[in-house]
Amino acid sequence: MAKTQTVSFQLNGKKVETAVEPRELLIHTLRERLLHTGPHIGCETSHCGACTVDVDGMSLKSCTVLSVQCEGADMLTVEGLEQGGVLHAIQQAFHEEHGLQCGFCTPGMMTRAYRLLKENPNPSEQDIRYGIAGNLCRCTGYQNIVKAVQSAAKKLAATATA
Amino acid sequence: MITVPFDYHSPRTVPEALKLLSTLGDDAKLLAGGHSLLPMMKLRFAQPAHLIDLGKITDLRGIAQVGNEIRIGAMTTEYDLLNSKLLADKVPLLVEGAGLIADPQVRYKGTIGGDISHGDPGNDHPALMLALDASFVLQGPKGERVVKADGYFLGMYATLLEPGEILTQVRVPVPAAGCGYAYQKLKRKTGDFATAATAVMLQMKGNTVAKVSIALTNVGATPLKATAAEAALVGKQINDASLNEATRLAMGICDPAPDQRGDADYKRAMCGEMTRRALQKAYERAAKA
Repeated sequence: MAKTQTVSFQLNGKKVETAVEPRELLIHTLRERLLHTGPHIGCETSHCGACTVDVDGMSLKSCTVLSVQCEGADMLTVEGLEQGGVLHAIQQAFHEEHGLQCGFCTPGMMTRAYRLLKENPNPSEQDIRYGIAGNLCRCTGYQNIVKAVQSAAKKLAATATA
Repeated sequence: MITVPFDYHSPRTVPEALKLLSTLGDDAKLLAGGHSLLPMMKLRFAQPAHLIDLGKITDLRGIAQVGNEIRIGAMTTEYDLLNSKLLADKVPLLVEGAGLIADPQVRYKGTIGGDISHGDPGNDHPALMLALDASFVLQGPKGERVVKADGYFLGMYATLLEPGEILTQVRVPVPAAGCGYAYQKLKRKTGDFATAATAVMLQMKGNTVAKVSIALTNVGATPLKATAAEAALVGKQINDASLNEATRLAMGICDPAPDQRGDADYKRAMCGEMTRRALQKAYERAAKA
């Protein structure tokens, strides 16, 4: 058995430190050790994006990243979107536009939308569909997710100019 | 989903990585973006005892022009390629290609060096490299050697890269001004490997083809350079007759593996169609002065 290593990173603004085996995937560390169970596991071939988290300004599939690779990283999961009891514009928009049903893809979808809108605050429908192509959804048919991301973009633009 | 146990190493320099590689031998694998290796390990197709992570070696990342060459560090991600102004200006074929690889999350991690070193005929960079006449810098215990992309790919998952060596840099000659380019990729959905794809670089002189480079993805055990199709086009105009002939010659070198993307006949025919479309697109983009 390979020896465990200590890894520390910022998780939703708080420093966390945990001992992991090198083979441990980030998604397992988040869910099982740090009890952040919003990010989900939908496949084992890196397709579905349900495990998407934001790491150092990148949307990453945490099932295809080792926790030991994240030493010193700055990480955001769906649990970090809400601030002081107030939903993030993206969460509110998914609610209002019915951008979820079973909710299993939603944490990954919203975390991906978070980075997409940071990089492109005013995306076209095509930009949004291409931009969330790494995230599968079984329930919605994507239509309302596109509306939710569009709505979130408007909300974020409004708060930026307010 | 669960890999076998392994030890993890995170060197800060290339010499350090080379030393680890020589000490640990065949039990070690280099970890780049991890988006081919980790998936194989999660299915236990690969069970290395040691991973040497190149992610902390900052020297291996970056895109710069040196003389008439674009030099791309092997650890440069697809995201970096897609967002590079230098590449958009000088080697737009690479930007077009990167945009058709995988999905956003994978592109933040997957690297050009890893895509090439993996030697998977399904990957897109190998054919792009052939079309661009790229070279690869390989560093090993005895120093550095530079090898051409043409000849680098030996078979499925097999390249000229020797055990103990690290692909550190990709070198792409800056294409001539006015060169047309295209990467046409047929796939079942966004993020899938190609059923067939063709990369083209095309330089016109007046009405006729001065120079053309054609490379094929996922229609053989390696990417293929369609040299007969290239030769048939030089000195010709781009029209139905010349395109038919180039397409026929490109299809002639295909030896596709049948799988869920289709049987060999279908893939060969689609290679022809992608070749025709890539040539047409490159022709539209080429300066014809």
